[in-house]
Order: sequence, then C-alpha cells, then structure tokens
Amino acid sequence: MDLISEDKISAMTSLEKLRFVLDGVKAGNIVILEGGLTSEEQMKLIELTMSEVNDDFPGIEIGGYPTRKGFLNLKRKTRLTVIGPANMMRTIRKDRDLISAIVSAI
Amino acid sequence: MEEGRRLRRRRKGLLSRLIRSLFFRKATARIGIYGPPNAGKTTLANRIVHTFVDEHEDIGIVSQVPHETRRTMMREGILIDLKAKLQLNPYPTENPHPPSNPYPKAREARAKLKIDIVDTPGLATKIDFHDFLAYGLDEAEAKKRAKEATEGVIEAIKWLDDVDGVLLLMDATEDPYTQTNIVIIGNLEARGIPVLIAANKIDLTDAAPQRIIDAFPQHTVIPISALKGEHMEELYEEMARKFR
Repeated sequence: MDLISEDKISAMTSLEKLRFVLDGVKAGNIVILEGGLTSEEQMKLIELTMSEVNDDFPGIEIGGYPTRKGFLNLKRKTRLTVIGPANMMRTIRKDRDLISAIVSAI
Repeated sequence: MEEGRRLRRRRKGLLSRLIRSLFFRKATARIGIYGPPNAGKTTLANRIVHTFVDEHEDIGIVSQVPHETRRTMMREGILIDLKAKLQLNPYPTENPHPPSNPYPKAREARAKLKIDIVDTPGLATKIDFHDFLAYGLDEAEAKKRAKEATEGVIEAIKWLDDVDGVLLLMDATEDPYTQTNIVIIGNLEARGIPVLIAANKIDLTDAAPQRIIDAFPQHTVIPISALKGEHMEELYEEMARKFR
C-alpha cells in the first residue's frame, strides 16, 4: 500500500500524477492520495485505465470523498482518493465521509 | 500553477456556456445519455425515438449482458412535442395501474424541445472478460467484447466535449453512491453542462429512487421506468425546462 502525501502529488502535473497512480496500481499496489484527485482527473484516469486494460489487468477500483465546493463552485477542495487494482480491491460501502473496502491478495 | 490554469479553464468554460445559453441558443440540443452499464440507457433512447419518431425504429440493441452498447449511437432531429403527443394519445403509459401523481393533461403539457440523442456506452472503471463468461459467451467472444467495451468507455468520455446536456441514468435498484456516478456528476458540474438524473427501473419491486434523490440533493431526479414508459411525460417536461 502506498500512502502519498499531498506535497508529493501537488508537485506533479495532472498527467504525471495519473501515470504515477496507474503504474503503482498496475504493480499491484493500493494507492492512497492525501488531497485526492479532482473529478476531471478521475475521469482522465478512467480513460487512461481503459486504454491499458488487458487479460491480466481488468481495471481499477476507485473510491474518494466528494470535493468540497467553494464560492460559486469555482474553487473546489479535493479530498482523499483510494485507487487499487480491480482484481484485488472491492468497495463494500461508501458514503460522503466513509469508504469500506475489501482488499485481497491475487 | 496547475490549479490556477485549471481554475481559469473552468471559469472560461462556465462563462462561454453562459454567454452561449443567453445569446446563441442552439435550435437543437445535443443530449448525451450517460450512466453505468445496464442502467437502461439504450432502452430510454429507444423509448424516446419510439414515442416521437417511429415506433419501429431502434437506436440500439437491448440485452441483459453488460456493455451491449459498445459504440456511441446518435439519432438526430428528434422533436419532443408532448402537447401534440398527448392530444393524439392522452394515455401514453403502458402501466395498467397509473401512479398517484397524474400525468399532465394535453392542454397543460408544454414540453417542446428539438434534440439529437447520443446513446453512449456504459461508464466503468473495470472491464473483466471473465464477467461475460457467465452470460454464456465463449472466451474469445468475451475477450473481444471486453476490448470493445473499453474502447466504448473512452469514446463516451470524449463525447462529453460535444454534448449540450446530459441525461444521467441510474438503476434505482442499485446503490447510487458509486464513484463512477460521482465522477460523472463532478465532471458535468465542472464543465457547466446541465444534467438531469433519471432514476430508472422503478417498475421493479426493489427499486428505491429515494436513495438517488438523497444521494444527489443538488440535482433534479425524475423516477421513471423506460421499459414500461412510466413517468416519461414528467421526464420530457423537465428535459424541456433544463435543456432548452
């Protein structure tokens, strides 16, 4: 399991961030991002994941808390995001402030 | 730096959409039907075409196997004219037990909207070919379907750049608070694309549309059954309000 600090992530561009996450997940790690990904980044991550799905890598399981909205919905604060290989991780329950997941070895 | 660029882009996107909606309203709104696999997107698209174009014309094939729709399908120039439709047939529902909330009478119905319907493949974060084996597909077919489904997801995401509004379909028998639903809604909000949520499959006994209403209180949710045609008039009325 990789717990990545917000400082490390904030120094990366969006694309670097997504590549870093997906490489970690494809290596079999659960990646937890302090500060999380924006919904646009999550959509890009889904797109990137789909281009790399194969017989051995079925995709990702992703869970995160909704962003906190700021004034006029312009400034939004992302929160923690958890990403793992779909064949190892399964979200059991999720609401605004709680994520329960099962993680199993392949 | 990155955050600042993103914020400027979002502001610009919202502003240009506002200006467009005020001064350059399009005659035809391009509406994307989005949602997870098996939510009933193609059933809804077919229902709209059957009701307002031709009852024998289908946009796509419907099946129980997930990811049946793997290419985006578009039907252009659909005139949703509820008033004219209700004058022709005042009881359009197939439901033998009408819901307590009565449908609008023809003279009250105002829904009129010209749209292009874009029926998109279901959005998912994982596509495992093993899942298709349970539906009787052999391994080669299952792998081919999985590959096409991944391409379909990418295509659906790219189409977000070309729609004027989104009908987000959710299965009312399933937990709506999935990351896929949250990501779609977050993206639509960030892009300033109007969204209307339809809680589908309310004809099923375990349907709980209230869960969807509670999960996304900031958005309008219309409970419907695309298969049985229940509450479709309310959906058309809301579409006309939201997407005109």
